[in-house]
Amino acid sequence: MALLDIKNIRVDFPTRRGVFTAVENVTLSVNPGEILGCVGESGAGKSTIGNTVIGLLEPPGRMSEGEIDLDGKRIDNLPYEAIRKIRGRRIGMIFQDPLTSLNPLQTIERQLVETITTHLPLNEGEARQKAVDLLDRVGIPEADIRIGQYPHQFSGGMRQRVVIALALCADPEVIIADEPTTALDVSIQAQILDLMRELCRERQVGMIIITHDMGVIADITDRVAVMYHGKVVEEGPTQKILGNPDHPYTQSLISAVPRPDVRLKRFPLVEYIESAGEARKELDVANHWLGKARDFEAMDGPLLTLEKLHMRFVTRNAILPRDRRYLDAVKDVSFDIKQGEVFGLVGESGSGKSTVARMIAGLYKPTGGNIFFAGGELTALRTEREKDRYRRQMQMIFQDPYSSLNPRMRVLDIVAEPIRFHNLADDRKETETIVLDLLEHVGLGAAAAVKYPHEFSGGQRQRISIARALATRPRFLICDEPTSALDVSIQAQILNLLKDLQQELGLTMMFISHDLPVIRQMCDRVGVMRHGQLCEVAETEELFENPQHEYSKHLLDLMPKLDVLSHEGLEVEQTK
Amino acid sequence: MISFIAGRFAQSIVVMLTVGLIAFAMFRFVGDPINNMVGQDTTAEQREQLRERLGLNDPFYVQYARFALNAVQGEFGQSYFHRRPVSELLVERMPATLELSLIGAVLALVVGVPAGVYTALNRNGILSNLIMSGSLLGVSIPTFLIGIILILVFGVVWRVLPTFGRGDVVDLGWWTTGFLTASGLKSLILPSVTLALFQLTLIMRLVRAEMLEVLRTDFIKFAKARGILTRSIHFSHALKNSLVPVITITGLQLGSIIAFAIITETVFQWPGMGLLFIQAVLEVDIPVMAAYLVVIGFVFVFINFIVDILYFVVDPRLRADRAGSGH
Repeated sequence: MALLDIKNIRVDFPTRRGVFTAVENVTLSVNPGEILGCVGESGAGKSTIGNTVIGLLEPPGRMSEGEIDLDGKRIDNLPYEAIRKIRGRRIGMIFQDPLTSLNPLQTIERQLVETITTHLPLNEGEARQKAVDLLDRVGIPEADIRIGQYPHQFSGGMRQRVVIALALCADPEVIIADEPTTALDVSIQAQILDLMRELCRERQVGMIIITHDMGVIADITDRVAVMYHGKVVEEGPTQKILGNPDHPYTQSLISAVPRPDVRLKRFPLVEYIESAGEARKELDVANHWLGKARDFEAMDGPLLTLEKLHMRFVTRNAILPRDRRYLDAVKDVSFDIKQGEVFGLVGESGSGKSTVARMIAGLYKPTGGNIFFAGGELTALRTEREKDRYRRQMQMIFQDPYSSLNPRMRVLDIVAEPIRFHNLADDRKETETIVLDLLEHVGLGAAAAVKYPHEFSGGQRQRISIARALATRPRFLICDEPTSALDVSIQAQILNLLKDLQQELGLTMMFISHDLPVIRQMCDRVGVMRHGQLCEVAETEELFENPQHEYSKHLLDLMPKLDVLSHEGLEVEQTK
Repeated sequence: MISFIAGRFAQSIVVMLTVGLIAFAMFRFVGDPINNMVGQDTTAEQREQLRERLGLNDPFYVQYARFALNAVQGEFGQSYFHRRPVSELLVERMPATLELSLIGAVLALVVGVPAGVYTALNRNGILSNLIMSGSLLGVSIPTFLIGIILILVFGVVWRVLPTFGRGDVVDLGWWTTGFLTASGLKSLILPSVTLALFQLTLIMRLVRAEMLEVLRTDFIKFAKARGILTRSIHFSHALKNSLVPVITITGLQLGSIIAFAIITETVFQWPGMGLLFIQAVLEVDIPVMAAYLVVIGFVFVFINFIVDILYFVVDPRLRADRAGSGH
């Protein structure tokens, strides 16, 4: 008999337009000391399972079929008070975002002690001692002092440790972790996963890890269940599922995962995804508006050169200069990008990589150093007219596809705006034709023009952003984490699209990401950034095979090894 | 934190000087003070002497500085109408207004906050819906109308409560209070309810909206997932987190309760500062108007200052030394 048994459950959300079934026919079980992974893309119903087990379904959602047993006793039909006593005491839960999971107005001590005394017959003093021990156990240094602090005084990784300590307060038998490391940097992610694995073995806890990240699954789980559209399509030992999947969805999902070990020509076409249907219309670029009149002066040497670029932000202003505090987000960064290459910039959060991109695009004014682009010095430009000439040649694609499009404009106007602004077309009619061509070119279809952004999914919106960026006929494209907010299979599509466009139009690209496997798939050369400094610039293959800088080695070490993943149907690109 | 408070204090002083300037400007632009003081048969020479003696020929900034210095000491000159020092009039009237405002504010908070919490927690309950619809009336009916309706119902039809004045008051020497006599307390009921009603509905709706917002946050969900008692989740976690914006608005509202007591005081003939002000407007009694403006300005500035300090008490994120938080 398993520790936690989820038997054939179905979860319904009644809505005005009928009943939406989030989860159907799902049967899962977990044993003591075992880690079960639950993987799938957004909307697959993975989080719903976790919420159902612990009785926290958002109303009006309800479990309409099946049963959930904990240690042989049915728990899904218990009254509120009884299920409350199980929460935290027998089933602990860990959520995704450590920054919002803790009450900002209470000290860590109060939150821990309250949880402990709610479940265990201890007095305040004993509870505090247990809390200190727990913090110590999850690796918080000077636990005795730090317990008196407030959540904002801890960094993201430390807060996730506090969250884990809170989940462990009453020694639960089962822990459900919903995307426990998604909001964290790679190095922190590795530490947290290690900690969770240890705790699971040491306390013989049964653990369910819900995630979209194949790296986490490969790293930590014993068994894995693959979810698609509310159903478990495949379940089994992790090695088997990742290495030799049976179900076509699992196969296509795994083929879409960016590989850290080899570089692919392009990602195999993923068939199982909604909205992948619309085929891209190939354009005869040489004779089309998009390819014509690319009136850039021919030039020798690199397209973009940064010389000792520096950015200092004031973090605390004061009248007296000695009381002011500064943050040097970018410190003397120099590199260049050759024409037609894809240059990657990789680093953890706070490394200054996005700040560099924003300075190149002219969104921040550097406090020191020079930027040379296509023979001109951007940092010396004064008038808006001069700047516009360069702005046209340089476009940016942002991370969040939801906030980077104006929700009140139709797609037609969104894409046409740069054409109108720079007077690139002769008349209305031509502008419209160009926009429709562009939309077909990025795989959205001309019908998208009359819709509004909210009618599209994240991946489709990112395609709109790409079409908008192409509308000025740029020669240089800055992509700031363009796929971080997207599911794996959508990410594969967008990366394919960017690769194709780059080749067809001969674009030069700067590609910013925290994700090393994605960098390996996309870039010719890579710069590694840390704390605002550039550690190393190398050819991509060179960096992955033979990193020089200590920090590059460290990052590569932490990268989840995906050796177990099936290599079926992949086309490996030969290195030059 | 000390530099923050010092900064806010400096700002408050600038605001008070500006309010003072506006009050002072009234003397110069709303009629000629000499004309208001002397009779028709005063000769031009006497007028000139008086002008000189009152310092009205001094440069503008000297007069303003003198006005400001006097105001700081509570000296606002003579009332034209009452022929008594304005400060005396104010001190006489202030207890009435402050007592009324205090009861009004307490009523608004004591009823408004729990009602907001209740309607947030029982979103679809019958009682919640009744309270919410009732609160719409409170927001939309003007204060004077509420006062008149209350007078009609309790004073004219049922004849259970007094409808004007403060009733019997006890003089404590420096303060006159209506709290100590039955008729004083009874007289307080109608005006304070009238004054509180609008603030009450506002606070209730605000608390409700903030609570609903906080109850949706991740840390509430995480607290539920840890099996924390429902009572503790609602009151110790959710309510405290929804208080920061409530404190801001309540502070501002407290100021306007005192300021808007004018209408209520007029309706109920309540002998407070508001009534004094209305009379002053009718009689063009500029010193009283100026003093009233400065006092109300001071009340607002003072309350805002207190509210700013309260933020530190409620929210530890502001308290932290911003330079180095341990990572």
